[in-house]
Amino acid sequence: MATPTVETVECDILIIGGGMSGCGAAFESKFWGSDLRVVIAEKAVIERSGATGEGLSAINCYMGQRYGWNTPEDFVNYVVNDMMGLAREDLVYDVGRHVDSSVHLLEEWGLPIWKKDDGSYERIGRWQIPIHGESIKPVTAEPARKAVGRENIYERVSITHLITDANDPNRIAGAVGFGVREDKVYVFKARAVIITTGGASNVFRPRSVNEGIGRTWYSVFATGSAYGLMIPIGTEMTQMEHRFVPTRFKDGYGPVGMWFQYFHARVTNALGEDYTVTRDDELDKFPPYGRAVPTPTPLRNHQMFLDIQAGLGPMYMRTEEAMQKLAEGDPEKMNKVREEAWEDFLDMTIAQALTWASQNIEPEVTPSEVNLAEPYIMGSHSGEAGAWVSGPEDLAPPEYFWGYNKMTTIRGLFAAGDGVGAAPHKFSSGSFTEGRLAAKAAVSFIRDNGDTPTVNDEQVRHLHQSIWAPLDTFETHKGASTAEGVNPNYITPSDALVRLQKIMDEYAGGASAWYTTNGPTLERGIALIEMLREDLAHLGARNRHELLRCWEVVHRTWVGEAHMRHLLHRQETRWPGYYYRADYPNLDDANWRVFVNSTFDSASNKWNLRTRPYLNVVTSI
Amino acid sequence: MPTFVNPTACNACAGEHEGPLCVYICPNDLMALDTEANKGFNQEPQLCSECYACVKLCPQEAIHVRGYSDFIPLGASVQPRRVEGGLTWTVTFRNGKVLEFTYPSRSTPVGSSEPYRNFTEDPVDDLKGQGLAGESLWLGVDTLPTIHASK
Repeated sequence: MATPTVETVECDILIIGGGMSGCGAAFESKFWGSDLRVVIAEKAVIERSGATGEGLSAINCYMGQRYGWNTPEDFVNYVVNDMMGLAREDLVYDVGRHVDSSVHLLEEWGLPIWKKDDGSYERIGRWQIPIHGESIKPVTAEPARKAVGRENIYERVSITHLITDANDPNRIAGAVGFGVREDKVYVFKARAVIITTGGASNVFRPRSVNEGIGRTWYSVFATGSAYGLMIPIGTEMTQMEHRFVPTRFKDGYGPVGMWFQYFHARVTNALGEDYTVTRDDELDKFPPYGRAVPTPTPLRNHQMFLDIQAGLGPMYMRTEEAMQKLAEGDPEKMNKVREEAWEDFLDMTIAQALTWASQNIEPEVTPSEVNLAEPYIMGSHSGEAGAWVSGPEDLAPPEYFWGYNKMTTIRGLFAAGDGVGAAPHKFSSGSFTEGRLAAKAAVSFIRDNGDTPTVNDEQVRHLHQSIWAPLDTFETHKGASTAEGVNPNYITPSDALVRLQKIMDEYAGGASAWYTTNGPTLERGIALIEMLREDLAHLGARNRHELLRCWEVVHRTWVGEAHMRHLLHRQETRWPGYYYRADYPNLDDANWRVFVNSTFDSASNKWNLRTRPYLNVVTSI
Repeated sequence: MPTFVNPTACNACAGEHEGPLCVYICPNDLMALDTEANKGFNQEPQLCSECYACVKLCPQEAIHVRGYSDFIPLGASVQPRRVEGGLTWTVTFRNGKVLEFTYPSRSTPVGSSEPYRNFTEDPVDDLKGQGLAGESLWLGVDTLPTIHASK
């Protein structure tokens, strides 16, 4: 394997990741800082990278302020209830008040939004508008590419580590990574860095067992690098115990929102019962959130889970019932509903359309199975894991404010999208918006702080060696075995991923453990994942493609460990339906309506867990 | 494997681009060039999310999807074709039934976006305010909402 060349890139703002948040950050930063050099580092190509690369069938975060549909206050009330009482109200409000401008811009650039006859947006839910969104990502990427300039987008570059100032570990200095398609390592030196990379799929053992493990609900390219980059340098994280368990069409993981909200379909069990009716009393066990309208997502999961656990599956989405009702016997109406139903999948989850076709499922005739998926750890959709960031100056109380909106506890390091904790329900439009907010604040930070951080060249050299090490490890040791995949001196990235997923599934309450764990089980899991983290120093890669997989599993393992340590710290069951602490089965608002935060100290290899207070900024919930 | 390449249709984008477009676009670094055969192939099918980025872009329509072996019965296919402003999908069921759908995907010509057209904010004077670029034009309400935090 060739020795990599070193490329040094000096810039003012480094945006890591070119998904929705990254494109928003790129667009916004060049408006306020047209004289600044803004660089994007992206492991793929921004036209199709990130969680929305496949497309979307709806924008799930839109206030409709101009129509008088909702205020940002309404949004915060909804989100806090859906999260069972825990969300940063200042951050959620901030996304809500700005997000409409992002949606209107996307429409201006070419995103087709469904319209009513009077020209106003169609709606499929209180916050959701349907789109013809197959090309949402290329439409979003185009102005971002124009804003920063083609020459400032480093594609097929995977960022592995952040670096801090040589003299100040709490000041960001840049990042290092490698070329996925060339023998090259990079060092990016930056005055401000914005983390816009993804949350984590494939940390837990998936329900699928073979090729289908690529059909994760959340993007398989989302490897938890938002967290895997920030945790090792000591960034304070919040709500890493939170997870999202999506109820989705079985195996293909097609979206269900349109079916519930627009087509008004029911899910029924083997007896034809609707768990939202038969399990209604269950909601009284979780005051005050149980009786919130709509029922919080975890509790809807919980009701369905009780049916499944009681052996009352399979659970069917009654597509046939809903479509027949909407069509009212009119073939033309049925054609329209059929077209809408298939577009929902073809715009964003094509594999679900193939699942239907392969199993001869015509949704107007045949109901379709739904199931609870494996857990995902993220901060943009219905999850709230991420960094503990400053709120905006006009909204955040002093405890939540330290100078610059979306800045983490590392000076000059900003986050957006999956990277920001306790600010869920952003989805595509909100993530794009949060990227914009972080970028504007980053420009402001640079204007106020003239310093250019000092990079420790020795540290960079050491990191470059670590980045390339799996290739060297493989070359050095491959002769010790006649089989490349079985060697006592290294583990392959796919071996490491399977080991991580087994630990998480069995000890951290994965799908095969009925989403249930307890303190001693978590402690055992943490002991095992610590050994896995040590063994990751012995990853072996045959080529650069496998080197990419090596660093992805390193990031995922940081996520898994943080998740378990946070789960252990929170001594209650805050989100039944997402996970259950068998030793603390109740929701305990009196003691645990607080944020669980952590920092990792690399010098001592120790984690520090603490809580931060919940402050009502908008709601009285 | 999820995506697969029809070897008789694939010409590795010969002469048309710098390299095969499937290799260029794949978000998960899966599509690769078999240099001996001079054909594209999926080098790690178990991490393919069937996102169809390569299928939609292939000029030869050489890339197809054989659904996940652990839960997709054989015989069906879902194939897109790019048309003006959108895509036409042909959905073929295992039992032979065929459905066809055409949906728009972009309302403007590719390349036509103008990032800051008619924006009125001042990059210096408005930097410390809460408004984002272009919000005076695009927010949809006259005033950016705020609350009075108890500071």
